[in-house]
Amino acid sequence: MLKVLDTAVPIACWSCSIGHNESTLFCPHCSKIQPPPGADFFQVLGLKRAFQVDLAALEREFHRLSRKVHPDRFARAGEIEREWSLADTALLNDAYRTLKDPLSRTEYLLKLEGAEIGEEHSGQDRKDPSRVPADLLEEVFDLNMQLEEMRMARKMGEDDPQLQASLTGAKKKFDGLLETVDKDLRRLWRVWDDGDASVRPAAQNKMVALLDRRRYLNNLVRDVTETLGA
Amino acid sequence: MAEGRVVGIDLGTTNSLVAYMQGEAPVVIPGADGSNLVPSVVALDPLPAGGGRPTVTVGNTARKALIETPERVIYSVKRLMGRGLAEIQDELKLFPFRLAEDVEAGEVPRITLGELKFTPPEISAYVLRQLKRNAERFFGEPVTQAVITVPAYFNDAQRQATKDAGRMAGLEVLRLVNEPTAAALAYGLDRAKVGTIAVYDLGGGTFDISILKLRDGIFEVQSTNGDTHLGGDDIDNLLLAIALDEIHAEHGIDLRQHPGAVQAVRKAAIDAKIKLSTEPSASFNIELPNGDRYQREIPRAVFELLIEPILERTAGPCKQAITDAGITPEQIDEVVLVGGSTRIPAVRQLVDDLFHLAARGKKPHTELNPDEVVALGAAVQADILAGASKSTEEMLLLDVTPLSLGIEALGGTVARIIQRNSTIPASATEHFTTGVDGQTNVAIHVVQGERELAADCRSLARFDLKGIPPMSAGLPRIEVRFLIDADGILQVTAREQRSGQAAEIEVKPTYGLTDEQVEGMILDSFDHAEDDFYKRLLIEARNEAETILAAVDRAPQNPAWAMLTGEEQAAIAAARSKLAAVKLGQDPAAIRDATLALDQATRRFAELMMDAAVTTAIRGKTMGAAGEELGEAVTAPHAMARAEFK
Repeated sequence: MLKVLDTAVPIACWSCSIGHNESTLFCPHCSKIQPPPGADFFQVLGLKRAFQVDLAALEREFHRLSRKVHPDRFARAGEIEREWSLADTALLNDAYRTLKDPLSRTEYLLKLEGAEIGEEHSGQDRKDPSRVPADLLEEVFDLNMQLEEMRMARKMGEDDPQLQASLTGAKKKFDGLLETVDKDLRRLWRVWDDGDASVRPAAQNKMVALLDRRRYLNNLVRDVTETLGA
Repeated sequence: MAEGRVVGIDLGTTNSLVAYMQGEAPVVIPGADGSNLVPSVVALDPLPAGGGRPTVTVGNTARKALIETPERVIYSVKRLMGRGLAEIQDELKLFPFRLAEDVEAGEVPRITLGELKFTPPEISAYVLRQLKRNAERFFGEPVTQAVITVPAYFNDAQRQATKDAGRMAGLEVLRLVNEPTAAALAYGLDRAKVGTIAVYDLGGGTFDISILKLRDGIFEVQSTNGDTHLGGDDIDNLLLAIALDEIHAEHGIDLRQHPGAVQAVRKAAIDAKIKLSTEPSASFNIELPNGDRYQREIPRAVFELLIEPILERTAGPCKQAITDAGITPEQIDEVVLVGGSTRIPAVRQLVDDLFHLAARGKKPHTELNPDEVVALGAAVQADILAGASKSTEEMLLLDVTPLSLGIEALGGTVARIIQRNSTIPASATEHFTTGVDGQTNVAIHVVQGERELAADCRSLARFDLKGIPPMSAGLPRIEVRFLIDADGILQVTAREQRSGQAAEIEVKPTYGLTDEQVEGMILDSFDHAEDDFYKRLLIEARNEAETILAAVDRAPQNPAWAMLTGEEQAAIAAARSKLAAVKLGQDPAAIRDATLALDQATRRFAELMMDAAVTTAIRGKTMGAAGEELGEAVTAPHAMARAEFK
């Protein structure tokens, strides 16, 4: 029942038929709600493309727009208005969800800029040895052995304090590595945001690699946490 | 479009309520019996002697039939909403309902009630219709639009079933709102707060936990979790099972063969449970069919030990919700308790432990009646949707989907496309293609849940994308858009991108009624709803008119009558003949106006009568006789001054 809009500019308002700029949520002439604009998430929330975002301002803008387009504001309106309100709000929510989280925002902007990002599929990636970052090969091998031992011990109802301590230590180390990745990412955000076309491609490539590494480390930490907490 | 009132309805497992916004505050609308709660119990009266369809009763009257004709009564039907045959089997072990035998796999189960069979949405529709009538009686005008609450953790099928029930009851459901969120609205109305609150909602049959952020009138749900089959019912059933086992062991009677007796024990179990919330001990004292008595003392400590495993099941969802919200218990400013089961002291203790309340010098909020708070919140949301009120114009509710949405991928794994706790409406777009040359349709299996394998998740629907133009394998590009709407219900659209055609989708919901089925189950056909309403209103108005006319006819026998002036007597006589004439007409409003006029005309008479009665009492008549006279004299002519005539 939803109509997918192929953006042709300018488009005419469905209600008053006057042409308007396609990136507007409400017709400037008759104020009626319009179909989802063919805008990216940054445009939807009135931001310029950047990795660093003022989260408080983002939330304020999200709330401001929600008050205007949310289906609760159109519960007794006509069918067309209800339909566009639903579609606009879905777009707004998707945009806010993506941009408020630093990692999904980073991935999203990298994709907008044409980067290829590995997709995460239900935590199975770590079993693919080719994905292990080279500097971590040995440690990951040891860790997986220990995790296996730990699970066996748990199954038998045994407690192995030494193994526990060793795993806790490993988790700490990987947590530290994650922090380093995040710090590097934030540094690259600044490079990209403040720089121009001469520095951006290199920063983008580095960020893509860091995201891969981060995903890998994250899965490891989750595994260890789950095994320790079981 | 009709711009009548929008009411808020809490369609509960045990009790249901209807509320509306009276100025700036939500209030519950009482039924004809003066009670705010309508038990969610539906009974089929005995077949009329002359044949025809038996009448259905709802609420307290139906509950009374539970012990005498248990086979004609159904309760807790919310637990069966939107569920398949296999799932219902487990519930039926705990409840005395009989599944109709001719139900086939994939069909919505039907429950046998006396001679008839009903789907769970139809049973719920009877409860909703009762609430609708209570509201219409209260307002004196038709009510056709409502907000209905559902457990936050209800899945797509359970939500759709609730919406279907509304439609069958003749209600346009403007929004399904999550119960804990509604409770937050009820609490948040009079305080422009900034902060994080948790709503712990343990009702008759469902448990929900929601964590919300409040800011300038925006109620933004951060996370929600729960269990749609956990509640006071489980405690009742536990106590019931223990009692039945003991009776079997000690007295050699298997009461499970006697549905009426089981209901009597069940009622005793519920009474004991309620008593244990305030008393250190409660007891069973039940007469058995053979004349023996089953007596059993339950100290609170024993009760708490028994129910601990049930209460403990609420801890996991709470911890998950806190984690999903990305906070710690210390960051939760307030905790709100909702649902009758939160009256149990052990539940309050558990909540205190989970949210570190006492340690932080805090107490959970219980100011609003836990049985009513959800309905009150629904009324607030109804007012927001009606959009006409100053008190709620700044308020907006941003809720989330409780369960992740996924599609079955190769090997039976789930590819998640919308994560749980995403703000709704939420959408995702996926692309599909063909695996064989010339293939013209693609099947998509949509599931809801957090498990890795589709088989472990809840199957929502199978979509068959048809009419794909024949092309080489892998060439078609079918874009499918999944959208969870503001009610938490999935909508799907698709189109083939290369040809630009909108693909035709055939939806096979795994559980649920088709549109045509729902149409066929509408309780009052729309064409007659208006007629029926005025007929009912007319009957009610005439009844009230007769009451006051009878009282006025008795008036001259009262000594106070002689104290009226001739003019006053003439005015009463005039108002009386006016009402007597109008009563024969067809206009309920005119009858009501004439009734009010007569009521006004007799006001001084009523006062005189009251004075006389009081004087007589003081002179030394027996208090009983004076009271009788007083009662009759004062109330009779003013029987009309009830809420619906305001």
